[in-house]
Amino acid sequence: MTVVTFIIHFVLIFILALGIMVLSALIFPFAMRRIWGFIGDRYGPNRVGPQGLLQPFADGLKLFIKEDITPSKANRVLFAMAPAITFITPMLTVMVIPFSPGFTIANLNVGLLYLVAVGSFSILGLLLAGWASHNKYSLLGGLRSVAQMVSYEIPLILNIIIIGMLVGSLSLDDVVGSQGKVWYIAVQPLAFLVFLIAGMAELNRTPFDLPEAESELVSGYMTEYGGLRFALFAAFIEWGEVAVWSMATSALFLGGWRGPFGGNAGWLVLKVLVMAFFVIWVYATFPRLQVDQLMAFAWKVLIPISLVNLGATGLFIILMPDNFLLPIAAFSWVSVVLLVALFPGLLRKALLRKRLRQMENFKLETTEA
Amino acid sequence: MESPVTDRSLAEDLRQRFGGAEGAEAGVQAEAGRDDAFWVRPDLIHKVLAYLKHDIVPPYSMLFDLSAIDERERVHIPRSAGGFTLVYRLLSLEGNRDVCLKTALGGEKPTTASITGLWPAANWYEREAWDMFGIGFDGHPHLRRILMPPTYEGHPLRKEHPARATDMPPFELPEAREISEEEALQFDPGEWGMKRHGRETDFLFLNVGPQHPGTHGLLRIVLQLDGEVIVDAVPDIGYHHRGAEKMGERQSWHTYIPYTDRIDYLGGVLNNFPYVMAVERLAGIEAPERAQVIRVMLAELFRIASHLVWYGTFAQDLGTMSPVFYMFTDRERIFDIIAAICGDRMHPNWFRIGGVAQDLPRGWEKLVTDFLDYLPPRLDEYDRIVMKNRIFRARTQGVGSYTLAEAIEWGVTGPGLRACGLGWDYRKKRPYSGYDQFEFDIPTADHGDCYDRAVVRVEEMRQSLRIIEQCVRNMPGGPFMSDHPLACPPRKQQTMHDIETLINHFLGVSWGPVIPPGEAAVAVEAAKGLNSYHLISDGGTMPYRVRIRTPSFPHLQMIPLICRGGMIPDLLAILGSIDYVLADVDR
Repeated sequence: MTVVTFIIHFVLIFILALGIMVLSALIFPFAMRRIWGFIGDRYGPNRVGPQGLLQPFADGLKLFIKEDITPSKANRVLFAMAPAITFITPMLTVMVIPFSPGFTIANLNVGLLYLVAVGSFSILGLLLAGWASHNKYSLLGGLRSVAQMVSYEIPLILNIIIIGMLVGSLSLDDVVGSQGKVWYIAVQPLAFLVFLIAGMAELNRTPFDLPEAESELVSGYMTEYGGLRFALFAAFIEWGEVAVWSMATSALFLGGWRGPFGGNAGWLVLKVLVMAFFVIWVYATFPRLQVDQLMAFAWKVLIPISLVNLGATGLFIILMPDNFLLPIAAFSWVSVVLLVALFPGLLRKALLRKRLRQMENFKLETTEA
Repeated sequence: MESPVTDRSLAEDLRQRFGGAEGAEAGVQAEAGRDDAFWVRPDLIHKVLAYLKHDIVPPYSMLFDLSAIDERERVHIPRSAGGFTLVYRLLSLEGNRDVCLKTALGGEKPTTASITGLWPAANWYEREAWDMFGIGFDGHPHLRRILMPPTYEGHPLRKEHPARATDMPPFELPEAREISEEEALQFDPGEWGMKRHGRETDFLFLNVGPQHPGTHGLLRIVLQLDGEVIVDAVPDIGYHHRGAEKMGERQSWHTYIPYTDRIDYLGGVLNNFPYVMAVERLAGIEAPERAQVIRVMLAELFRIASHLVWYGTFAQDLGTMSPVFYMFTDRERIFDIIAAICGDRMHPNWFRIGGVAQDLPRGWEKLVTDFLDYLPPRLDEYDRIVMKNRIFRARTQGVGSYTLAEAIEWGVTGPGLRACGLGWDYRKKRPYSGYDQFEFDIPTADHGDCYDRAVVRVEEMRQSLRIIEQCVRNMPGGPFMSDHPLACPPRKQQTMHDIETLINHFLGVSWGPVIPPGEAAVAVEAAKGLNSYHLISDGGTMPYRVRIRTPSFPHLQMIPLICRGGMIPDLLAILGSIDYVLADVDR
């Protein structure tokens, strides 16, 4: 490979990754406002251009011409670096996603590992943003997001491992390739559910949007950001991550680019749109969890379920190395049905803190102190 | 109409215990012509209050209001004993009676003993009296300004303080002053007896507000945090203070009505209601039956409107993004009716002394009945979206709870009180404006937490619909304004036939009504709790003193108590569930 081809490749890949980010920033925030508007019995932005389609451009222009403010006591370098670091994360993650048959930017044989490792890079950016802003709300938001993302990364990884075990490979190309007969959502609905929930938390979406909980922390880690940097956080990064996460979920569970009539990138796009719609739908519907409930949910519900599922999957693979899909599917479906039936009780136990007792303990502690 | 409570035995009892000498030296003396109001010698007030709170059966366990009167310019002084009068109003929920204690304070800088040891709720009331009148309270833990900025000079409700901006030098805010004002607002934990460091941690002091998306207005709460756990909180109010009580002293009885609209700006006519009833009691006017039923109907419509706003914003505080839009849409439907009847939406300015401004418009029944059909299914749907949502319940059940005893101790009224299991509603206990003619239930709940307060409010909306339906079915005919000469605006029909009516009309229109001297305190069950107007007439065209006792003020004072040990999200749930309006707190 000569230097020239390398540069050409690099530029093309960069344009593709950036294109995905820009497209998600153009499409999703606007779609969210219209869909949320529809759900909320109102219009949403519909004045700029036909059906308000030019709204994202108007918003972008507005944010672009705003004054770029850095708080006087902020750490200037880190403050500027934070959005950049977070911005790069989804662009890097997109490298291992198979877009269509035979087209993956980098078909790594450790693709799943790469997905996890690079994906968690964005935590750093959020923490930096929270820390560098020199604002207590930002700091609390940053800390919340770190605690949340570190916790939810575990069920996420556990379920990625399950898929890796089913495929017998860590390459995402192989993952999609092996879903020719059946998508893994049909084999492992339990893993899919947990992955979906943990993913929503990883993306800081409702009902896990605590780091930027408006009524509590104003805007969390992005409170002090304005203008273009705010746009980076609020539109590009948030929704770019949604897009990339949807692609990864599609590849892992929904057959990636596969579809009923041959496979191509169109199916992937469709799946991404459906997933994004799901995210928006949940946003418009559910209240927000509380920090302690959020943690309890990860550690007391999602991680045990994932561990059991992981163990069972491994057991079936060892016991029936030739034909393990069917028993695993049976196990997973039965668990899902059981969980759905038992879920209310389970959730209540995990979430409803014994608050009064807790408050009493608190009072005791303070009097002791 | 609220009937004055007769309790001969209380007067006897107090005179025997604390009476002592006769005349000006008497320890306790019933006010002339009243048996639920007593003048108490300043040195005895603490003892009398303690006696009424603890030793009497049934006890007067709620400090309903504490305010002052500047008597120095008053002509009809009931008892000439000093420049200022402190007014303590107690409420006995069990006995359904109240008592008013007054104590006369002399001198330019009067002081008296604080009763914060007796009622913690007296804390803010005494600070307000200090702020507004310059009355000192010995033994008060933090006697500092509460409504006015810390740098303010003077005490606004004193009679010598100018009532108009034009009586004062122009307001200027040069940069130096801006800086010094901001520095004055800096929070110093030491002043509040807070430590900066715990045993193992440093506390984080978080300034929530005055501009914050979660505080529903200009409220500032300084949180002492250990991680995200709230160790203590200090609410700072006054950012929405407009001097409504002072304005009352220079508005005619009639022209003050629109100002009341803006006290609890979600409550609309629920503010007009106690004011006009108090004036009517002073003037001896009885509103005609039709006016009374119209008043009830509008009051209940506004109760629903206010609760709908609370419902939506509460859900939004907890992170549900859509219900607030549904509920504001429903509220618009109420405002369509209100606008058709009153001509305005949030500030209807509709009740008048002696009745209401105009008769109901043609076709009002259809508007109201359509709404009665429209809302119940929506409320059922909201139950499914909000109240039954598991996350919502996990966020609100067991959060911000207080016991019934605490509620009474801190002066909580309205849904917050009924959520503790006591079905105490003014509309049932002291029916006014014909509420005794209506069938409706008083919803209660048992735990006194955020969820139960929500349950009570949601059910109250259904009960209000019942009342409105009965109003529509049984709307009486007849006049909508009293013929009383002091009713305002006065009736004009007879003016060209009868010189007496002509004179009254002329005076009523040019001066406004001249209300005979006296005192009246009337409370109504407003959307947020007991809303009471205590009016003092000195026989003029303007009130001598307007005291507005709003429910939100004591409710907000409780915040530190109920949020300690919770987390920041709990605080938001608590703020949402209290349902306050900052304009109602600061007046």
